[in-house]
Amino acid sequence: MHTSETPKTDDRPETDLAQRTGGGDTPPPATPRRRQRGLGWSGRFEVAVLVGPALIFFIGFVIFPVIMAAYYGFFNWHGYGPAIDFVGLKNYVTILTDPDFQEALGHNAFILVMSIVLQGPVALLLALLLNRKMRGQSIIRVLIFVPYVIAEVVVGTGFSLMLATNGALNGLLDNLGLSALTRDWLADPALAIWTLMAILTWKYVGFAVILFLAGLQGIPEELYEAAAIDGATYWQIQRRITIPLLGPTLRIWAFLSIIGALQLFDLVYIIWGQYISGVAGTSTMATYMVSNGRNAGNFGYGSAVAVVIFLISLTVALIYQRFVLRRDTAGALTERNTR
Amino acid sequence: MTAAVVTLAPPPPRRHGVRAGTPAIYFVAFVVIALMLGPVLYIILGGFRSNSQITTNPAGLPDPWVFTNYIEVLTADTFWILVTNSTIVAVATTVGVIVLGLMASYVLARYRFRARGALYALFAAGLMFPITVAITPLYIVVRNMGLINSLGGVILPQIAFALPTTIIILVPFLRAIPDEIEEAAFIDGCSRLGFFWRMVLPLAVPGVITVGILAFIGSWNSYLLPLFLLNDNANFTLPLGVQAFSSQYSVDTAKVLAFTSLSMIPALAFFSLFERRIVGGLTGAVKG
Repeated sequence: MHTSETPKTDDRPETDLAQRTGGGDTPPPATPRRRQRGLGWSGRFEVAVLVGPALIFFIGFVIFPVIMAAYYGFFNWHGYGPAIDFVGLKNYVTILTDPDFQEALGHNAFILVMSIVLQGPVALLLALLLNRKMRGQSIIRVLIFVPYVIAEVVVGTGFSLMLATNGALNGLLDNLGLSALTRDWLADPALAIWTLMAILTWKYVGFAVILFLAGLQGIPEELYEAAAIDGATYWQIQRRITIPLLGPTLRIWAFLSIIGALQLFDLVYIIWGQYISGVAGTSTMATYMVSNGRNAGNFGYGSAVAVVIFLISLTVALIYQRFVLRRDTAGALTERNTR
Repeated sequence: MTAAVVTLAPPPPRRHGVRAGTPAIYFVAFVVIALMLGPVLYIILGGFRSNSQITTNPAGLPDPWVFTNYIEVLTADTFWILVTNSTIVAVATTVGVIVLGLMASYVLARYRFRARGALYALFAAGLMFPITVAITPLYIVVRNMGLINSLGGVILPQIAFALPTTIIILVPFLRAIPDEIEEAAFIDGCSRLGFFWRMVLPLAVPGVITVGILAFIGSWNSYLLPLFLLNDNANFTLPLGVQAFSSQYSVDTAKVLAFTSLSMIPALAFFSLFERRIVGGLTGAVKG
C-alpha cells in the first residue's frame, strides 16, 4: 500500500492545524499528488533510526520496570534469584488491609485536596498581583520561582533545622514575644501534616504562579478594555473574565498537582525519615512503599505497593481526564482520534 | 483552545492593571517575597554563624560573621567529589535527553506514518509513570546490568524518565517550523535527514535550551533514583551527599547550613541565567 517512489513533503493533517488554532475554516485539501498516506522504505528506515534509541530507552527503563512490578507483585520475593514463591493476591490483600497503608493513603488524599484548596487560590491571587503594573515585576517573578528550583533535599534539610523545637521559627516567635505560639512543628501528630502542607505550598506555589501568569498573557487585552469601559470594577473583571478564561490553565495545573500529591515522596522522606513519618502522621503511599519494600528487603511486596500506587494514580487521572480535562487536551493527548 | 499555538520565544508580558502599583500592592508583594526567600536566606546566613550563635539565638543574624564553615566545606574533598559526580550525571543526562528527544520529536512532529499517534501517546503516557512507581523493579534492572553504584546506572534511567517531558515540549515546537521552509529545502534537493541537520537543529535551539535546562535541574536535584542506586559515598551525588553530611555532622548545624547553601548554587545560577527560557518552555508545554 505504501508504494510511493520517493519520500515527499510531510503534510500534516489539516485537522491538526484547524483544531490547534480553533479556526473553523479548514485549509483546502492538499492536492492528491502530495497526499501521501505512508512512507517509503527509506522513510521507514529514517523513522526507525530516529525514534528507535529513544523508544528503546523508554521501554527498557520506564515501561519494562512497570510491567516487572506487576509481575513481581504476585511473588514473595526478596530480590535475589528467580521469583518462585508465587503468592497470588496475598501481597495486595496485605497492603489493602494494612492500617499503615490506609493511613498513608488518607494522608495522600488530604495532601491532594489541600494542595488544590490552598495553593490554587494563593497562586491565583499572586498571579493577579504580579500581572499588574508595578516596579520590580520581573525580579519578583524570578524570586517567587526560586523555591521550585531548589532541590528537595536542600528544602528538607533547611526546614528540618528551621522547624525543630529549638529551631529558627520558634526562636523568631520567642524574639517577637510570641512564645505562646511556639510548637513542636515536625513531631506533633496534630500539626505535622499542616507543616508539610505549608512546606509543599512554599515549594510549589511558584510553579503554579508561573503557569497562571502564562495563561493570563493569553487573555485578549480588548476584553479588559471593553469591561473597563462598561464600568466593571477590578474584582468583577477578574471574576467574570480572567478566571473563566484561565480555565484550561487552572485545570492542567490541578492535574499536575494531583499527580504530584499522589506520588509525593522526597520531602516527607527527607524531613521525617522512614520511621518517624508514620508516627508524625505524614507518611505517604510512596514512603510506605520504600519502607516496606526496598528497606525491608521485600521486593515483591514493594512492587505490589508500586502497582497499587500506579492504579490509584491512573484511575484518578482517567477520571479527571474524562470529566474535567477532556475539552482541553483534545488534540494533544488524544491526538490519535483526530487524524 | 486557541493558546495551543506554541510561541518560539516567550511573549512579551502584557499588563492590564487598573493603575500602577499602589502601596498596598507593594506591601503584599514584599511580604510574599519575604516568605519565599526567608528560608533560603536562613540557610545561607546560618552558614555564616557559629554553632553557639545558632544555639543562643536560632533566628538571629550573623554577629560576628564567621567564614570558617564555608571555607572548611570548600577546602575539603567531599564537597568537590559530590559536585563532580552531580555534574557528570547532570551533563550526561542532559546531552542524552537532548539527542534522543530531538531525534524522536522530529519524527513525531514532521513524519507521517500510521503508528505516529500511538507512539506520541506512548511517550505522553510516560508522564503517568513517575519514577516512584518504577523504582523497585528499576533497581533490579539496573542491578542486572551491573550498574549499581555507578554513575551510569543513574544516568541511563534518568534519560529515559526525562524523555516524555522533552518530547511533549519539543514536538509542538518542531511542528511550528513553517512547512514552506521544508518545501523549499526539498525543492533544493535536501533529504529529510539533511533538512533535520541543516534547518531543524538550528531552528530548534530555543526549545532545546528549555528542555536541556529542565533536564539539568531535574537531574541536579534528583533524589529517589540515586538513593536507590548509589550506596558508596565516593559515588554520591549532591542531594545524597547533603543528606549524608547533615546526619554525619548533625551537631554542627552551621557547617550543615554552609554545605547545603553551597549545594544549591549551581541550580540557582542555571535558573537565573535561563529563567525566561524555562518559563517559556513550561508555558509551551502546558498550552501545547
